[in-house]
Amino acid sequence: MTTRNMIQAINDAHRVMMERDPDVVVFGEDVGYFGGVFRATEGLQKQFGKQRCFDAPISEGGIIATAVGMAAYGLKPVAEIQFADYIYPGYDQIVSEAARIRYRTAHEWTMPMVIRSPYGGGIFGGQTHSQSPEALFTHVAGLKVVIPSTPYDAKGLLIAAIEDPDPVVFFEPKRIYNGPFDGHHDKPVTPWAKHPASEVPDGHYTVPLGKANIVRAGEAVTILAYGTMVHVALAAAEANQVDAEVIDLRTLVPLDLETIVESVKKTGRCLVMQEATRTSGFAAELATLVQERCFYHLEAPVARVTGWDTPYPHAYEWIYFPGPLRTKNALKKVLES
Amino acid sequence: MNNSPPDRANRPRLELHVPEPPFRPGDKPDFSFVDVPAAGSAPRPGTDAPAAETWPLTETLVRVLDDSGQPVGPWDPRLPAEVKLKILRDMVTVRIFDDRMYRAQRQGKTSFYMKCTGEEAIATAAAAALDREDMCFPTYRQQGLLVARGYPLKTMMCQIYSNAGDPLRGRQLPIMYSDKPHGFFSISGNLGTQYPQAVGWAMASAIKGDSRIAMGWIGEGATAEGDFHSALTFAAVYTAPVVLAVVNNQWAISSWSGIAGAEKATFAARARGYGVAGLRVDGNDALAVYAAVQWAAERARGNHGATLIEFFTYRAEGHSTSDDPTGYRAAGEAQSWPLGDPIERLKQHLVGAGEWDEERHQAMVAECEQEVRRSQKEAEAVGTLPQQGFDEIPSMFEDVYAETPWHLSEQRDEAMGEAREFLGHEPK
Ligand SMILES: Cc1ncc(C[n+]2csc(CCOP(=O)(O)OP(=O)(O)O)c2C)c(N)n1
Repeated sequence: MTTRNMIQAINDAHRVMMERDPDVVVFGEDVGYFGGVFRATEGLQKQFGKQRCFDAPISEGGIIATAVGMAAYGLKPVAEIQFADYIYPGYDQIVSEAARIRYRTAHEWTMPMVIRSPYGGGIFGGQTHSQSPEALFTHVAGLKVVIPSTPYDAKGLLIAAIEDPDPVVFFEPKRIYNGPFDGHHDKPVTPWAKHPASEVPDGHYTVPLGKANIVRAGEAVTILAYGTMVHVALAAAEANQVDAEVIDLRTLVPLDLETIVESVKKTGRCLVMQEATRTSGFAAELATLVQERCFYHLEAPVARVTGWDTPYPHAYEWIYFPGPLRTKNALKKVLES
Repeated sequence: MNNSPPDRANRPRLELHVPEPPFRPGDKPDFSFVDVPAAGSAPRPGTDAPAAETWPLTETLVRVLDDSGQPVGPWDPRLPAEVKLKILRDMVTVRIFDDRMYRAQRQGKTSFYMKCTGEEAIATAAAAALDREDMCFPTYRQQGLLVARGYPLKTMMCQIYSNAGDPLRGRQLPIMYSDKPHGFFSISGNLGTQYPQAVGWAMASAIKGDSRIAMGWIGEGATAEGDFHSALTFAAVYTAPVVLAVVNNQWAISSWSGIAGAEKATFAARARGYGVAGLRVDGNDALAVYAAVQWAAERARGNHGATLIEFFTYRAEGHSTSDDPTGYRAAGEAQSWPLGDPIERLKQHLVGAGEWDEERHQAMVAECEQEVRRSQKEAEAVGTLPQQGFDEIPSMFEDVYAETPWHLSEQRDEAMGEAREFLGHEPK
């Protein structure tokens, strides 16, 4: 066991997989010599050489398209997109190509690749360094979408993603790279070192894709969250002394519906959370699923906590960010009706 | 799974080439391998010449100022002293502005800043060569365009501080200015997107029979984006009246220009494949920058089409306040850069020509410093990012659409309710 923050855990996942499997190659803008602007790939080029960890030209379309070609050869490329906001030039290659090649070739070709990218706000990144675009990918058949919320999960899920035979979009909540965050921007951030989830095993282990984690057991309401929002959910439950069951989804596609349904049937109430803009977000999908599967167990309408339907501002970032206050008010609504 | 590829008799083993910069931290930089042709050696074709006549110029460097600061050769724009002094003053202002704003970020007054140290000539001399009505589609290191076109420094700083004086209402990252009256299109964080937009603006000007042209900028790193290639294709196909600049400052964050393809061809030479005119220019020589932009602008205005100009320069500072270049770059690179400092070179020229002297220079620098300081004081009196209040929350929900739809009105009211609860009183 070693204490690691999320970035170190992600770095370690790469190392473990590159040691185990010579077909794993890692590339992206600034990932080689420098080890990435967030340092997720630090030291990999030194250890594994330039043929297996290298800088890419600033061309997200090119990065993802060449990853498709590498996967077609039989390699397992792990491509970093520097910020999720810059994934769009590669969107066509992800949506029309990587996601569908297995299907359209009746399994003759497969796409075992991972696209990693830091997502989310809370770092004063303005509208082009803060977005949460996960819904654009959960809407695409053939992709898996993974979002960790702890260093332990980040390593285990990334290893599982690299071992997965299908293309995985792996979004990393950059706000919690260095420590969990409860949305109280006026309070100092505690580093991961003080958190139990910073204990990250050395070597190989996986956190299976498609398996949610009940991070807090409770009876009064089920909170469904992922990424940074898991920490906001926990903070809101503590601060308001709500006996909430907080479920960290970990994987949006495939989704662990069983854990969700079981919990909502028990609590009879449900709150869904996402940092992304509200309209057509993944929270809408969650609310529908809960409504379809648990209607007769629900004692209140499903409530939703999200970002606003505006681009992410620079100055009013904390008014945009769905924090504990927004969560508290939504909890009140779902508990009182 | 068997991980090694099958042996095929007599065929060489393939190997991936990954470009490496000439120096890394710990190395002593030595740029003697950089080919610096003599100032004045490049020929100057007519602005109506066929594009192919310019292609040899994509392999050399258009230079005007020689080592002693004398302007030489056919590209000497023979500028009156006041134009050169204006460019010099703009460059000095930009450098001081950058230093003050960099420091302001370090003092926690804003979130982020990007300097253009060493590259000041490119925006300021281009601004001097363009018509005031021509439209610019810059990236984030062309603050010199706004300075040269007389945009108030205080307003630039208010944008950086995201305060109540920010004309963009706190929505953009610091340095991502926008101002239509000064011909400065809104900067995007997404690299490369503005390059084909400049072409589109120029096409529109042609469609309307206007006489204005557009100029677009891109970093050498971002030329790898597909947008670069769309821009050149459209510019070539429609003979668009556009000037397209590539600022090759050798580095894209930690990635050396070789990662963008510099080992295999110059960025100016990209022009050839598309059939547009191309020039490779000493970007630290303000007179060469002026001459090249003036040439390309005249070409565009005469309906002879687009020019791709590579400005060969060096990023003398970190990529941004979030970057530590000592992690990937040899110490002393900027000092060893063979093309010198653009401010020093223009100053040397003006002094040599008897149009300027050390005393006046010091006085001018002091004046610029004072102006920047005064603007900063005024901007900070309006506010800085951490002091940003709660009084304009509803503005966050405006401008998403021309008219605010019901869902945004609802969300605005929700946000106001949260702010009220957080503050314990009406947000004001
Ligand atoms: C589409 C996109 N991809 C990646 C980034 C992240 N990024 C910001 S600046 C930069 C380097 C740009 O280098 P260059 O184009 O050479 O311009 P310079 O900074 O050197 O002026 C990168 C990779 C981005 N902003 N947009």
